[in-house]
Amino acid sequence: MIELQHLTKRYGDQVAVHDLSLEVAEGELLVLLGGSGCGKTTTLKMINRLIEPSAGTVRVDGDDVSRLATHELRRRVGYAFQQVGLFPHMTVGENIGITPVLLGWTDDAIRHRVDELLALVELDPETTRDRDPSQLSGGQQQRVGVARALAARPRVMLLDEPFGALDPLTRGRLQDSFIRIRRDLGVTAVFVTHDMVEALRLGDRIAVLHNGRLVQVGTPGALMRQPADDYVRQLLDTPRREARLVDSLLSDMAGRDSG
Amino acid sequence: MSEQLALLPGYLTAHLQLTLLALLCSAALSLPLGIAVTRVRWLEQPVLGLAGVIQTVPSLALLAVMVPLLASMRLRSIGFLPAFIGLTLYAVLPILRNTVTGIAGVDPALREAARGVGMTSRQQLWRVELPLALPVIVAGLRTATVWTVGLATLSTPVGATSLGNYIFSGLQTRNHAAVLVGCVASAGLAMVLDGLVRTAEVGLLTRRRRLVGAAATLTVGLYLYAAVTLAAPLFSNAARPVMIGAKGFTEQYILASVLEQWIGRETGRAAAQMQSLGSTVAFDALAAGDIDIYVDYSGTLWAHLLGRATVGGDRATVLAEVGTFLADQHDIQIVATLGFENAYAVAARAADAETMGLTRISDLIPLGPTLSMGGDFEFFSRPEWVSIRDAYGLALSEQRTMDAALMYEAIAEGAVDLISAYTTDGRISAYDLRVLEDDRGAIPPYDAVVLVSGRLMREWPDVVAALRRLDGAIDLESMRAMNLRVDVEGIDPSTVAAAFIATLGP
Repeated sequence: MIELQHLTKRYGDQVAVHDLSLEVAEGELLVLLGGSGCGKTTTLKMINRLIEPSAGTVRVDGDDVSRLATHELRRRVGYAFQQVGLFPHMTVGENIGITPVLLGWTDDAIRHRVDELLALVELDPETTRDRDPSQLSGGQQQRVGVARALAARPRVMLLDEPFGALDPLTRGRLQDSFIRIRRDLGVTAVFVTHDMVEALRLGDRIAVLHNGRLVQVGTPGALMRQPADDYVRQLLDTPRREARLVDSLLSDMAGRDSG
Repeated sequence: MSEQLALLPGYLTAHLQLTLLALLCSAALSLPLGIAVTRVRWLEQPVLGLAGVIQTVPSLALLAVMVPLLASMRLRSIGFLPAFIGLTLYAVLPILRNTVTGIAGVDPALREAARGVGMTSRQQLWRVELPLALPVIVAGLRTATVWTVGLATLSTPVGATSLGNYIFSGLQTRNHAAVLVGCVASAGLAMVLDGLVRTAEVGLLTRRRRLVGAAATLTVGLYLYAAVTLAAPLFSNAARPVMIGAKGFTEQYILASVLEQWIGRETGRAAAQMQSLGSTVAFDALAAGDIDIYVDYSGTLWAHLLGRATVGGDRATVLAEVGTFLADQHDIQIVATLGFENAYAVAARAADAETMGLTRISDLIPLGPTLSMGGDFEFFSRPEWVSIRDAYGLALSEQRTMDAALMYEAIAEGAVDLISAYTTDGRISAYDLRVLEDDRGAIPPYDAVVLVSGRLMREWPDVVAALRRLDGAIDLESMRAMNLRVDVEGIDPSTVAAAFIATLGP
């Protein structure tokens, strides 16, 4: 489980994250939702100390992360990056196996784990293992990114808009895969997105951030029923507004075609 | 050509030793420094700045400045060491700059990913930053390799043997075959070493172990060869050869060969030459004991070392004062006066001298503003020129400094009207020039003298005795004829020297 207490990040006079407190229960997936610059990625990176907080504490499985060596903390926490960040000088298999290598697993154990993970993210181990990341499509690369985050069997996983740069169809397929993987593994996860539908599909609970502050946190249903303010209401209404827009465009076009 | 090729193994080996060791030390210095700079950002400006400043020093000057610098630290100032240090410093910038650029150019997203998967700072460096920066770092290494092979040819004037020996002596003695051999060998070596680095890089990038292995084996082999050949003299029982220095012009090459062959014939001792030394480098080398013998000229020593105003000294006085000074101050002895003078002289085209009625330098005084003069690299900054200028009140329209070997062409083509000729030079008659008489005695006498170190005096009296027998052995006509055979007929200096030794009788 993950606990954030009074977490704050300042850059000079700018406050990126202000006094944020949250808990993510064991096995739960919490979505951090908000627009660009709301502080959601900063919050995520403070959990594994890719960004050091200005104030407040983060606990992972009860341990204050500021007391852990950063590299040991990060080997315990899987991280999937927005830009994937696969190492171009390593094969797909070497990329997935990197954290186990750092942890000193045996070659056999690593090879076995890599194949297991490739199968888990629905890639063929035989044909994918030894390829260069650049030979894969964007969707395949992101599957490898998720596999790499999972390699050392972390109990906690952080995902920073992992499917954000993919086309809608690929994104949908990866979301399906991810839902299944998480059900199988039961990891605790924090998932950053600005995509309302993705948040509703994946999140056990959703935390809405606005201007570095936590506006509301709750299950998708609770947020729908009782939005805390106008910002949350508008945000949650986005998919329906877009659907209505599509409907009206369609009927306009139908009208033109028949007229 | 074949006599030139016979020198190739020795020159190439020496060139390889210099290049490889300088590159190794430079890389050992620059790579860690480059990495440190990317870790401690405030170091970047001062470190790259300093390396840049070193690079802006002209390469020949950087090598030459090592000589007095090392001498002041009481280290061996002539030969391998100054060239090696100069080349090492010169190769720092390309390797350092590319290391910094390469590491700084790694995609920040990958740097963050490296941290994110749990790498320590050291693991980030070795597993991500260095492999990704490799192409840029190798590019710097290749630049440094090619530069160093080329620059190593400039180590000849500081007394280190290299392929530059071909080029320096070839240019002076108009031996184009020698220059060609030197250039081709140096370019070939640069291509081979560059190819080796390139092969290793391609092997690393494409993960072809065999390619990396082959390049690494060859490189290690070359380094072993360089190390073994460099260390061999230290363990050899053979007697140290008598080391004869030669400055970088034809007469000096001939005289060094004469001395070498004479010592061999008279004492049976092995002698070797250190050629194409800079003028002051030769004297410093003798004073420091890096060479044992060389030929210099009394007037040069008088003007440079004793700092004398030159008007009025006669041959005997100059010789005596120089001899006393050398013995007292530098433990150097004059063991023979060869019998000719190689004086600086002012020469004009014979045709001009005819039409303008020039026989003496003072005839130039009214014509001065219409005349231009060419001088060798030293001439216009030497006390002798100051003396001539002041004694005659000469004001010329132009003074041009050029390579001594080119001066004669320049005056023949009419690019200049006068040159600073040497009285023994065979080219004075070959190019139909006339030497103007120094009617006011502004130019000192320049007796050719054999200088030997105090150590040679004490350790090898037989060599000293043999050298003493050369006293008066070479007159002006013989010297001029020998110079002419090399400069104009293109005969090898050692061949000319051998022919001369044969005339000396038993």
